[in-house]
Amino acid sequence: MAECHPVGFQWVMEAKARGAKLVHVDPRFTRTSALADLHVPLRAGSDIAFLGGIINHVLETGAYFRDYVVAYTNASVILGEDFQDTEDLDGVFSGLDSDTRSYDHQTWQYEGLEVQSAAGERTEAVSESARGEAHGSGGAALGEGEPRRDPTLEHPRCVFQVLKRHYARYTPEMVERVCGVPRDRFLQVCELVTENSGRDRTTAFAYAVGWTQHTVGVQYIRAAAILQSLLGNIGRPGGGILALRGHASIQGSTDIPTLFNLLPGYIPMPHAHTNENLDAFIEAEAARKGFWGNMRSYFVSLLKAYWGDAATADNDFCFDYLPRLTGTHSTYETVRAQIDGDCKGYFLMGENPAVGSANAKLQRLGMAALDWLVVRDFSLIESATWWKDGPEIESGEMRTEDIGTEVFFLPAAAHTEKDGSFTNTQRMLQWHHKAVAPAGDTRSDLWFMYHLGRLVRRRLAGSADPMDRPVLDLTWDYPTSGPLDEPDAEAVLAEINGRGPDGAPISAYTELKPDGSTSCGCWIYAGVYADGVNQAARRKPGREQDWVAAEWGWAWPANRRILYNRASADPDGKPWSERKALVWWDAEKGRWTGHDVPDFVPDKAPDYEPPEDAEGPDALRGDDPFIMQADGKAWLYVPAGLMDGPLPTHYEPQESPVTNPLYGQQRNPVRHLPSPHPDDLYQPSGDAPGSEVFPYVATTYRLTEHHTAGGMSRWQPYLAELQPEFFCEVSPELAAERELRHGEWATIVSARGVIEARVLVTARMTPLDVAGRTLHQIGLPYHWGPNGYSRGDAANELLHLALDPNTHIQEAKALTCDIRPGRRPRGPAATALVRRYRDRAGITDRTGTEI
Amino acid sequence: MVRRWIGSWPVYRQFTGGDPLGRGAAARSAGTEAITPRVSTADAVVKSVCPYCAVGCGQDVYVEDGRVTQIEGDPDSPVSRGRLCPKGSASLQLTTGDARERYVLYRRPHGTEWERLDLGTAMEMIADRVVAARRDGWQWEQDGRRVRRTLGFASLGGATLDNEENYLIKKLFTALGAVQIENQARI
Repeated sequence: MAECHPVGFQWVMEAKARGAKLVHVDPRFTRTSALADLHVPLRAGSDIAFLGGIINHVLETGAYFRDYVVAYTNASVILGEDFQDTEDLDGVFSGLDSDTRSYDHQTWQYEGLEVQSAAGERTEAVSESARGEAHGSGGAALGEGEPRRDPTLEHPRCVFQVLKRHYARYTPEMVERVCGVPRDRFLQVCELVTENSGRDRTTAFAYAVGWTQHTVGVQYIRAAAILQSLLGNIGRPGGGILALRGHASIQGSTDIPTLFNLLPGYIPMPHAHTNENLDAFIEAEAARKGFWGNMRSYFVSLLKAYWGDAATADNDFCFDYLPRLTGTHSTYETVRAQIDGDCKGYFLMGENPAVGSANAKLQRLGMAALDWLVVRDFSLIESATWWKDGPEIESGEMRTEDIGTEVFFLPAAAHTEKDGSFTNTQRMLQWHHKAVAPAGDTRSDLWFMYHLGRLVRRRLAGSADPMDRPVLDLTWDYPTSGPLDEPDAEAVLAEINGRGPDGAPISAYTELKPDGSTSCGCWIYAGVYADGVNQAARRKPGREQDWVAAEWGWAWPANRRILYNRASADPDGKPWSERKALVWWDAEKGRWTGHDVPDFVPDKAPDYEPPEDAEGPDALRGDDPFIMQADGKAWLYVPAGLMDGPLPTHYEPQESPVTNPLYGQQRNPVRHLPSPHPDDLYQPSGDAPGSEVFPYVATTYRLTEHHTAGGMSRWQPYLAELQPEFFCEVSPELAAERELRHGEWATIVSARGVIEARVLVTARMTPLDVAGRTLHQIGLPYHWGPNGYSRGDAANELLHLALDPNTHIQEAKALTCDIRPGRRPRGPAATALVRRYRDRAGITDRTGTEI
Repeated sequence: MVRRWIGSWPVYRQFTGGDPLGRGAAARSAGTEAITPRVSTADAVVKSVCPYCAVGCGQDVYVEDGRVTQIEGDPDSPVSRGRLCPKGSASLQLTTGDARERYVLYRRPHGTEWERLDLGTAMEMIADRVVAARRDGWQWEQDGRRVRRTLGFASLGGATLDNEENYLIKKLFTALGAVQIENQARI
């Protein structure tokens, strides 16, 4: 965090100055480690074993927050008799279909619940399409009925007991064996975390893509969620699981998604089902209880924002205008569609996949097969110039003259040259104001999209073809101003916020209606333009506000700064402790009140019990704090919504030098493997023959002085001077083993590619004792490419595309490779070297694809 | 005269004035007095947000004669309290540096070099290509089920853009029937 989010880290240091203990768990020693009380190096890809070990410690020693667990989690819920755990099946759950590489979730259900009625006809294509991510704002829907509970937590099939059995084998000895973390150091972490959790104290976990870029990435976060729920650290000040996101508005581009599987506000994109219509969609997707019970209001209001007067009750509010999915259409599948010639045009807007995406070569092969490519960026990034100076030109695999792709480079306006909002890592929108007009041909992406839409609509005007109706009926009349005809960003924000029946801005999503009388471009952002005021532009100085600083910017939903903060009070509505008070029930006034905006129905009393036929938010009890969940509870066990199991389980990465010490099952059985490609082969793992050819673990990461794939930092002279070229970090022991010299060159090889890097020999990398052997890890900052002032090979050349089945995110954080002294070969010799490695390891297109 | 000469000597002022550590008024000289902050002549200070990571540090953008002349941390921000990291501090180079391209570049099919192209022409050409690729890749049905979509073109990127920009990307491309819309959140 000190390395990649340095200014946010000042608050960690504030906490430390007030006595907080800081633990840093990371394979490498960084600026964060230097300031931590304890640095715990561990094997990349072993965090579920580590977190599972802490969960086991908490359950075995009784260190969990019992009152919180019983009242606010699903610990007491009894599971159906058919459920079988990894304990019963040597590392897999019941319902695994080996042929389709997927789980049938039926046996994971709570006892006494029927499966969501329309879910039966949903096809396997749905499960392939990153469905888990549609729950970015709450859990999946549950079936009809009330689950059975045992508040004593003693029933052998209650979640609490299942959890205990599941993690019983995650002992300190096992953690040492799997993670390479010595027992005493691991127990020190357990003690620090449990001592600092409970009524009076809270512990926070902060993570970044070191936890998400795995074939089990979602389950990493789930493991932290279980631990934090057991310790009572969710919804309380100083607690939580904090995602430290790496782009200025990556949260915003997930909320208002430029993602294939989502519509704004985490409404899933519709799938191609027989007889699909609005009713069938809502029936299948909306939860019965909680705020997702009102999905129809959010969805109809979105359709009204898109299609305005054309969207009526008679035509299902233009539901049929939406394109449908038939499986996954993620960036990695799109690249394959480009290579296969199905996808012929491509827009790149502020992203540099030619060096920034896993298996960068496939990205370039995809672009080389296009008819046309539009690149919008500040400088001539690698994704704009690969056709003249990319690695395949150097190796002779491609000739510029043979590449038919037409390339348009359109220079982009900077944040200082346009109005607009970013959503930061804590869901807070902040407006940036235009300081100067963009020069030359530089334009905002708002300008580009608006005018592209205008030109396309002009071309289709008068068309009677039904495929053109959604384009012609689209509301696309934003006011423009100035010599450049710049669209008014605040008018777009107002559309996102939503309007009531009278056309005035609404102030909360609770005002949205299912009858078409309201419109809203993103329901979770409703309120950002309340009273016609741009709330994201509020800038009351922090020193003039309390510690919540509620009048700086605007956080979704409803300007809440801490989600699920009802959990900061006990079931009776009183803070668990004065020290950790955040919101509480004011019985006199009959309302929730406190430092933050209460994340609860404002006047719902703690003792409220809903009538049996209640639906939506009305069906939540007064002590159900997790209001986006279908049962109002934090889920220790996930009965629906995840592709790869109800409980996090340690699996080895797609490529690992270790045989899974915990189970017979080596890897996540339902990890997503795209169809084989000769440039995307996997290496053998564990004790399989050939694995010794790639004996080292590599992990990629960032540095303070650069940003992502370098498009915004390798062209800046100051930053280029601070980190002038690509390097790899290796331990003195590995340097001795492979004769690598500090400051000289190393060549790093995988079955996908070969790169060279300057060698940084440093004790920051530690050899670990894992499963009875010494394991070396290699650190690779991934910022580089051949363009700009600071240059180097791209670490992403080494990566494969084995993906998390829930999110379709690649496993960039743990792979295996070889390293040798000297520069890499040039020209055809480079590809020949990779081929030799593949041959030595006996790699075929089936290697590593076992279930 | 002599007294004035002695009084201009910082060490004298340090011992006779109220600044025994010599870190305040005593250290000032005529040279100091002549120095002004580089932002003192700015015409405007525009409130902004750092464009790099997602912490969302506040930035003050100084404008003079229609040009951005300096970008500093915003001390009002309860997020950042005026601090910026090395990247945020390099925002002036990011936004005003020589490495920024200011004009449209075009590479024709099989071409070996960039060519200049008028922005308006480029926009018309791109609109033509979107309409054609959309139609080429159009599907009403797949495997007997209605899909009403195009696989003819795709889009990547959004995490460095504004919410309003992402909104228009998703809205327009969805209306055109495109489904292959992605950004950095997938990586």
